[in-house]
Amino acid sequence: MTTRTLTCIGCPLGCTLNVALEEGRVVSVSGNTCKKGDDYAHKECVAPARTVTGTVRISGGSLPVCSVKTAQEVPKDKIFEVAAALAEIRASAPVSIGDVLAENVAGTGVSVVATRHVAEKTA
Amino acid sequence: METYDIVIVGGGPAGLAAAIAAKKAGIDRLLILERDSELGGILNQCIHSGFGLHTFGEELTGPEYADRYIRQVRELNIPCQLQTMVLDISPERVLTVTGREHGLQQIAARAIILAMGCRERPRGALNIPGYRPAGIYSAGTAQRLVNMEGYLPGKEIVILGSGDIGLIMARRMSLEGAHVKVVAEVLPYSGGLKRNIAQCLDDFGIPLKLSHTVIDIDGKERVRGITLAEVDENRRPIPGPEEYIPCDTLLLSVGLLPENELSSSAGVTLDSVTGGPVVTESLLTSVPGVFACGNVLHVHDLVDFVSEEASRAGSNAAAYLQGGEKAEDASVCLVGKKGVRYTVPQLLDVHQMPEQLTVRFRVGQSYRDASLCVWFNDTCFRRIRKRIMAPGEMEQFTLRRADLPADLHTITFTVEEDAK
Amino acid sequence: MYDVIVIGAGAVGCSIARELSRYQLRLCVLDKNEDVCEGTSKANSAIVHAGFDALPGSKKARFNVLGSQMMEELSHQLDFAYRRNGALVLCFDEADRPKLQELYDRGVTNGVEGLRILEKEALHAMEPAVTQEAVAALYAPTSGIVCPFGMTIAMAENACENGAEFRLNTEVQSLRRAGDHFVVTTAAGDLETRAVINAAGVYGDILHNQICEKQVHIVPRKGEYCLLDRKDGHLVDHTVFQLPGKLGKGILVTPTVHGNLLMGPTAADQDAREGTNTTAAGLAESISKARCSVPDLPLRDVITSFAGLRAHLVDGEDDFVMQQSAPGYFEAIGIESPGLTAAPAIGVYMAQLAAESLHLSKKENFKAQRKGIVNPQELSFPERQELVRQNPAYGNIICRCEQISEGEILDAIHRPLGARSLDGVKRRVRAGSGRCQGGFCGPRVMELLSRELKEPMTDLTKSGGASRLVVGLTKEEL
Repeated sequence: MTTRTLTCIGCPLGCTLNVALEEGRVVSVSGNTCKKGDDYAHKECVAPARTVTGTVRISGGSLPVCSVKTAQEVPKDKIFEVAAALAEIRASAPVSIGDVLAENVAGTGVSVVATRHVAEKTA
Repeated sequence: METYDIVIVGGGPAGLAAAIAAKKAGIDRLLILERDSELGGILNQCIHSGFGLHTFGEELTGPEYADRYIRQVRELNIPCQLQTMVLDISPERVLTVTGREHGLQQIAARAIILAMGCRERPRGALNIPGYRPAGIYSAGTAQRLVNMEGYLPGKEIVILGSGDIGLIMARRMSLEGAHVKVVAEVLPYSGGLKRNIAQCLDDFGIPLKLSHTVIDIDGKERVRGITLAEVDENRRPIPGPEEYIPCDTLLLSVGLLPENELSSSAGVTLDSVTGGPVVTESLLTSVPGVFACGNVLHVHDLVDFVSEEASRAGSNAAAYLQGGEKAEDASVCLVGKKGVRYTVPQLLDVHQMPEQLTVRFRVGQSYRDASLCVWFNDTCFRRIRKRIMAPGEMEQFTLRRADLPADLHTITFTVEEDAK
Repeated sequence: MYDVIVIGAGAVGCSIARELSRYQLRLCVLDKNEDVCEGTSKANSAIVHAGFDALPGSKKARFNVLGSQMMEELSHQLDFAYRRNGALVLCFDEADRPKLQELYDRGVTNGVEGLRILEKEALHAMEPAVTQEAVAALYAPTSGIVCPFGMTIAMAENACENGAEFRLNTEVQSLRRAGDHFVVTTAAGDLETRAVINAAGVYGDILHNQICEKQVHIVPRKGEYCLLDRKDGHLVDHTVFQLPGKLGKGILVTPTVHGNLLMGPTAADQDAREGTNTTAAGLAESISKARCSVPDLPLRDVITSFAGLRAHLVDGEDDFVMQQSAPGYFEAIGIESPGLTAAPAIGVYMAQLAAESLHLSKKENFKAQRKGIVNPQELSFPERQELVRQNPAYGNIICRCEQISEGEILDAIHRPLGARSLDGVKRRVRAGSGRCQGGFCGPRVMELLSRELKEPMTDLTKSGGASRLVVGLTKEEL
């Protein structure tokens, strides 16, 4: 049996989780103060995933970039591939919050959505 | 001179929530003054997620969180002047404001809500020796350049200070193509949230060096490197092995300071610990009709608490106007002692207070298995065991009016370390 | 072929240029930096010394007193910030009284007006924040404070308006005589001139040694300073010096013309002519010695620290060298303290020297007046309102700490010898010199520079050269 110590990222509390693993499977989680910690520990030990936030270049907008996020979490080991893929996405203003700017980013099956409005540039 | 019922200084999370609450409480002649070209304040550059768990039950990014409030402001037709800077507030609540569109004007307000937020402590405040080249940025300035303007401040980064903005920027710089070499923290613990250490540093293999600081900056024109040294418990560099780290950028995340120059001009009494106004339970400052909320009052960890506090400021300001602008009789003092650095509010009018009142405070150092004690005058009213308390995490305690004794004059918060 | 090339665009070089521009000539000022006032002139105590310090009979004494006498009128003519706030030299020990008296006598001999020795009570009545340890003080009412950038830039702009050509970013690689003229070699090519004036500060010896047989050596003498927030500028009203004594060479505490509080400088000789780095020891010394004068300095209000280099001539007579050292070769070297004060008088003297030698005649249309950048904060409310109405850019605040408007910054960029960098803007209008040190306004000023100069953000610098502010767009390295 092996143990892992994790910091829960489920909320700002940041509980320290002690996870017991057997052959790669989680057998117990302690230290969490809510169910999120338990869920996080299971996922982090088996298939860690993160929401990636970043920016996408926008043409003709009041700002040159628009903030975005992955609509769902992507596998943790794909974070840099997703970041690189964001660099290739081009969109033009106006952009509204929630607009899908790209689908299936870096082959993850997850979309990239705008997290802010970018108006068209006024002369 | 144009007169408003309530003028809200700042259109960030605090100002927005305050304005919405005041409007909903029936105040019509109100105005938000915002210096930027859009509402939302610092949230617009905080593009990471983690906002809104308390308020909306989901994790939003900064701009998304701001948008929820901005939409309400629009729906409620609350007027705002953007790109408008307040230059001065007089004790008589006359604001001198300036902007491209409306020019230089004076505005009178029956009540003012201070919601100016905070600013970053700059390099100068640390007096780090060395050169003064390009490539030294406060983390928030770098955040704006990267997240809103699309520029990369540098490629080889050292971050001094492990406040949340520093941690968040370590990840952001990594994701935008820079290499973050180390985050150094002068204290033996991080001032940031634990989960940010996990997902912003650990995820990216960025080392965090506690009890370390930058003792020299090299490079006459652009940063060429920094020298890192370990410090003792008094934060003084320990002579001995120093590490020279080549880099082109030094980001500083070394603390936030409530931005109270306008409060001072209005004659508001400031708390020397928080750097923000001394307020009563209704968030009223020492100047009649002037309220304060959000990071201008004390630096918060979570925007959710800012919004909640600001809503109270908005409804309290409305109630103050609707109740005939009565002065308070805030005769009870709240004080932090023995490990508790400060409390907000600092004053309490028992007759005005709601059934329950949340008091927020911070401890001055990290505690493990200690007790938080609440004293009514000289009597310990409650002793709460805490597994962990840290300066980076704001604490709170809910006072119930029913519990308060009749002869109450002081409520004291202390940390008592349990006998081993 | 120029008539005169002035090498060095510091306070001395710009003053000489301004005075020379009264004459009909082809005049050029060279500087290796991207702006004027980038060397010693930008990092010093910003004091207009009364003139009691220098040895009677020295050039330091003579030009100090002359400069101090000229400053008031010059500040009106050229529109820069100057205030005669008076100075106090503290005596901490009864045993040092003879030294205080000596300083007084020296001042009287030098022609300094209004000197008085104050006893403890009078001293504290005048300056309550001063330490109780002080037993007496020399009071010099003619001492003043000046904006060193404001003064230097004003002189440069005025010289420019009167026909002087400024070639910045132009380092002199070598200087040689070629028959009846000189060849000045720069990276941008050779320049020819009938006369050269060396005002090259800490590089003055290098130029001198290329022309003159008798070699000289300048040692950069570093002085480190700490600057406090404007809210502390009222702590003292006078410039507070220390009598050289058991503390060693003293440290001053002074308000600045912009209302900050300044303390420093240390004095340490070094080799590096570009070594303007501060050191832990230097800053600690500045602070601890400043506290001897003013015990209750609010040190948590330090907003920045900096170091400047004085051009100390080692093998001379501990005095300014101002002369024609070889035919057609003039020099003002070893201009350490009180150089800033003396600069206006040095300019007059050196210009006359060169003009006589070259038989220059005066222009008829010399413009002696120069209008500075409008500071809206100095206007009345209706005046300021009217300014904003006429030009809304003055209503748009860019620097929140110092409340500097877009209008002022645009003026700083577009006037003659305008700002090209973040520091250039800062020295002209103070955007970024407040308590957040450009954290808020930095990116905004960059946007204005980029827009007005039509340069991409990625080319903008903090202060020229390799001091680029951003290294590129995001994502380029992904």
